[in-house]
Amino acid sequence: MIDLHGFGHLLLAGTWVTVKLAVVSLIVGLIFGLLGAAAKLSDYKILRGIGTAYTTLVRGIPELLIVFAIYFGGSAIVMAIASWFGYDEYIEINPFMAGVTALSIAFGAYATEVFRMAILSIPKGQWESAQAMGMTPSKTFFRIILPQVWRVALPGLGNLFQVLLKDTALVSVVGLQDIIRQASTAVAATKEPFTFYLAAACIYLILTAIATGTTHWFERLSNPQARYKG
Amino acid sequence: MSWDWDVIIKYYPKLLDGALLTLELVLISGFIGVALAVPTALARVSPNRLISTLPFCFIYFFRGTPLLIQIFLIYYGASQFEAIRESSLWPILKEPYWCAIIAFSLNTAAYSAELFRGAIQAIPRGELEAADAFGMSWFKKTRRIVLPRAFGIALPGYGNEVVLMLKSSALASTITLLDLTGMARTIQARTYTPVELFTAAGVIYLVMAALVIGLFRMMESYFNRYQYYKPPIDPLGVEKQ
Repeated sequence: MIDLHGFGHLLLAGTWVTVKLAVVSLIVGLIFGLLGAAAKLSDYKILRGIGTAYTTLVRGIPELLIVFAIYFGGSAIVMAIASWFGYDEYIEINPFMAGVTALSIAFGAYATEVFRMAILSIPKGQWESAQAMGMTPSKTFFRIILPQVWRVALPGLGNLFQVLLKDTALVSVVGLQDIIRQASTAVAATKEPFTFYLAAACIYLILTAIATGTTHWFERLSNPQARYKG
Repeated sequence: MSWDWDVIIKYYPKLLDGALLTLELVLISGFIGVALAVPTALARVSPNRLISTLPFCFIYFFRGTPLLIQIFLIYYGASQFEAIRESSLWPILKEPYWCAIIAFSLNTAAYSAELFRGAIQAIPRGELEAADAFGMSWFKKTRRIVLPRAFGIALPGYGNEVVLMLKSSALASTITLLDLTGMARTIQARTYTPVELFTAAGVIYLVMAALVIGLFRMMESYFNRYQYYKPPIDPLGVEKQ
């Protein structure tokens, strides 16, 4: 077994930060994705334009650049907004918040496309029959469309979550104490880079395996007719 | 906050230098990646477990871990071993440039191999059976039927992979390389104008991504033109009579 020289608990602490970051970004990113899909499928041209601009821009720019822009540029923007309200002190963005913002913006752009395709895959008759029942569009969306969208979108969202989990590594560059940052700390002390980065890589492999398993479980859960054995 | 155009104009040539390095990294590691991915994909689809296990592990490792850690493993990790530091490989492995290229090549090889595997398995069975019926050897069948067919099927997906590679090449900036992201980061540390510089860098990335997408659209409409072929509706001119 690899000798971690007593730095194992640091790596575990980093793992916890990575998991927190991934789960919070997933939740915020799903909201962004739903809003983006709603904008892209909207009847208003302006909303469609905003949705398209969002997905095109974010999917063409490196995630690392988004992380940098939000971490370094975010405090400039927040300070500019605060100075309108008469607050001129220096505001520093917390790396965790910057990380969550950057990762959920990136996740949301890809999730927008997944949700859009899933919503389009629901037959039009579902909307029409809900309308015939006298449901309002928002009630139709939450009661009829969303539960079905969820099932179609799950495999795609599972893949995106894998990407998100690996992208959390980028946040170590702006100083968040995640797995890679903790591994670097251990490397600085022990001068054994290969050992610690390999250990970190193995933790990521375990995390992605757990994520795959969870996705499969959710897929089974959301698809009762596949479980039904007559 | 005021928007400072002068910074962008002044440092624009520097950013373009960075963009050139980014393109260079993507091109070189893209070619090495494809060269590695084709044999990996062929071995991965082999029915023989002995042959397909190693490519499976390679693909699983490189797709399951972040690229950042792969770069660190090669750039920092290699120096841990005395044997590597004294070997003739050391002049290459101590250069961040070559480490980035090795890491990107292996990473894109793993993703492309999985893509090519999907393409190979999507070839209609009948075409492979027809090749067998002609008595083609495995090598001839692969060269004449499997690879050309898989190329056409994998092309659109591979375009996406190149865009993703373009985006992940930003990680080269973490090992001191001055690619587009690294350049923007270095300049903003001097000028304290992060918003302007990162926006300018983002625009250059968008243009590069658009060029890649356009190039692959063109390649696809050329190589897959049989899919878009519409026969003339009335070749004999019957309806005019």
